[in-house]
Amino acid sequence: MTTLKATVDAPIAAAPPMSSYARDYLRRLRGGEMGALPAVLGLVVLCTIFSIIKPVFLTPVNFANLLPQGAAVAVIAMGLVFVLLLGEIDLSAGYTSGVCASVLAMVLLNFNVPWYVAILAALVTGTAIGLVLGFLVAKVGIPSFVVTLAAFLAFQGVVLLIIKEGQIVSIQDSTILAIGNRNLTVVQGWALFGIVVAGYAAVQVTRAASRRGRKRPYDPMNLILMRVAALAAVVGTAVFVLNQERGRLASVQGVPIVVPIIVTLLVLLTFVLRRTPYGLHLQAVGGNREAARRAGINTDRIRISAFMICSTLAAIGGVIAASRANSVDARTGGSDVLLYAVGAAVIGGTSLFGGKGRIIDAVLGAAVVAVINNGMGLLGYSAGIKFIVTGSVLLLAAGVDALSRRRASAAGLR
Amino acid sequence: MSMVNATDASPLLEIRGLYKSFGPVEVLRDVDFSIYAGQVTALVGDNGAGKSTLVKCISGIYGTDSGEFRFEGRPVTIHDPRDAAHLGIEIVYQDLALCDNLDIVQNMFLGRERLSGIVLDDPTMEQMASDTLASLAVRTVSSVRQKVASLSGGQRQTVAIAKAVLWNGKLVILDEPTAALGVAQTAHVLELVRRLADHGLAVVLISHNMNEVFAVSDHIAALYLGRMVAQVKVTDTTHAQIVELITAGRSGNIGLPADADAGDAFAENGVEQ
Repeated sequence: MTTLKATVDAPIAAAPPMSSYARDYLRRLRGGEMGALPAVLGLVVLCTIFSIIKPVFLTPVNFANLLPQGAAVAVIAMGLVFVLLLGEIDLSAGYTSGVCASVLAMVLLNFNVPWYVAILAALVTGTAIGLVLGFLVAKVGIPSFVVTLAAFLAFQGVVLLIIKEGQIVSIQDSTILAIGNRNLTVVQGWALFGIVVAGYAAVQVTRAASRRGRKRPYDPMNLILMRVAALAAVVGTAVFVLNQERGRLASVQGVPIVVPIIVTLLVLLTFVLRRTPYGLHLQAVGGNREAARRAGINTDRIRISAFMICSTLAAIGGVIAASRANSVDARTGGSDVLLYAVGAAVIGGTSLFGGKGRIIDAVLGAAVVAVINNGMGLLGYSAGIKFIVTGSVLLLAAGVDALSRRRASAAGLR
Repeated sequence: MSMVNATDASPLLEIRGLYKSFGPVEVLRDVDFSIYAGQVTALVGDNGAGKSTLVKCISGIYGTDSGEFRFEGRPVTIHDPRDAAHLGIEIVYQDLALCDNLDIVQNMFLGRERLSGIVLDDPTMEQMASDTLASLAVRTVSSVRQKVASLSGGQRQTVAIAKAVLWNGKLVILDEPTAALGVAQTAHVLELVRRLADHGLAVVLISHNMNEVFAVSDHIAALYLGRMVAQVKVTDTTHAQIVELITAGRSGNIGLPADADAGDAFAENGVEQ
């Protein structure tokens, strides 16, 4: 009864031993299903190297800087996961965030509206952009590469027109400025820690209990405990470090406000992708569009909605970027933002071939990109070298993706 | 799944006088076809004979020009695939239509997921998928949570067939299910095909392999250039006769009359999709 493989004739009710989980994981790893491993390993290696060469890398100040620096890219990358899952691409996501940030800034500047109205205007702009892109791809049938490349060019112009050629529009609203610049209090930081860890534990335990009740195979309690402990250790350390006093003149301490925003998006979007029929259908369309169509799934609607989600998240990224920079100018969301975001998704393990990708990929990948940027900056390398290294890492990640596909097909897994 | 006694009494699906043409090309001409519950009916014919077109007419992918469909004795019309699914007609296509990146349960329930609230009810779906596979005595699949990408060709075929059974199909049409399989897997799938019929389902098996056809079918229906030239009991016929029906449309006193096939015979070549 206690074998790992639940044979269909006798579904096991008892939990399998822990060692079988390790074996199963190794088997998947060898088969080319590497999941988050490359990104996590890369993160560890990069952090080790940077902290040895430049000890200032490992200070609370720098760690606290890293998070808002990478936040916009992480959010845009989350949106790109939806589009990449379909095997499509959105090259305009960077400038979409720029357009939405410009809308935010101009609405604040020209109309005396509260901050949430301005943010709503930015998000609606993003959703509308996604609707148009998705319509052109799904209904008109133009390849997404071309549609979004055209949008990439056009949106640069739109940003220039909205902010009237090369101006810098500063943002005064204190609530919006707080998103990218302020921190939670120490107590709020620990409350966040408690909510995240307790929430994760609750989800794991109730799932195991419900599966056990239905006599389906379920994760054993000690595995769940290990997972929760690992999460608590990582999150606890981060909160502890961020709660250290790091100000020189005035007191600065606490978890940056972007962190709960990213955690909320991570949980919400993961839920949508993994636990709802919509998320399943999205993955099905990415895996085999014809099969999805025959299963009665409205593939056009799914594809349009993915572009809408992507552009809406780009808008959120734009709001964070504008808040972080205290202003919007012609370069907001431009130049490297899109490449960093695509790089983040792919480095995290999202496949460019469609059908494979998770929201956590985007966050981990964005962390890698942010660490490279931050560390290389600390080491005093020029922007030129930074671009080359980031480009190489993206290429490496795409190479790992392509090779793991080949490995999977060689192992008979595809 | 009810155990129905296989009787020839009345067909589950009866097609009379089916015509279908694409523009000037007449692909199906006056086709009669009867499919019985609890029996495997093999549909044979050379490339371009109209097998796929006939199946697509039954499944509602193609409309028909004229012809009468009776399902369980009632006259029915099948306008689109949903009508067919509604009647309990499930088709397992040659390319199987499975998503490699999803697991067995997700594939079997794709588009018809069970929910609890707004979230997927995974335990229930897993249980139903397991039960269906168990009812078909499938033992080759180690976990219903395996990705389809990791399955062999035979296992994929099994999943596709199990999906049809899960949805209470009354008529399952299999389009060359063994074409891409090895010897052992072919045997396994054929066993499964036989078991479907023994469970009381009507099964249509499209195949080019005569050994296979004679091994599992109860009836053989032969198409020749868009015409149904014979539908015979497998016990009343021989390999050689069927091969003759496929290649010449006639064998002894069954099939087309001796003078019918000369004139316009080759008009339909190459239209099978």
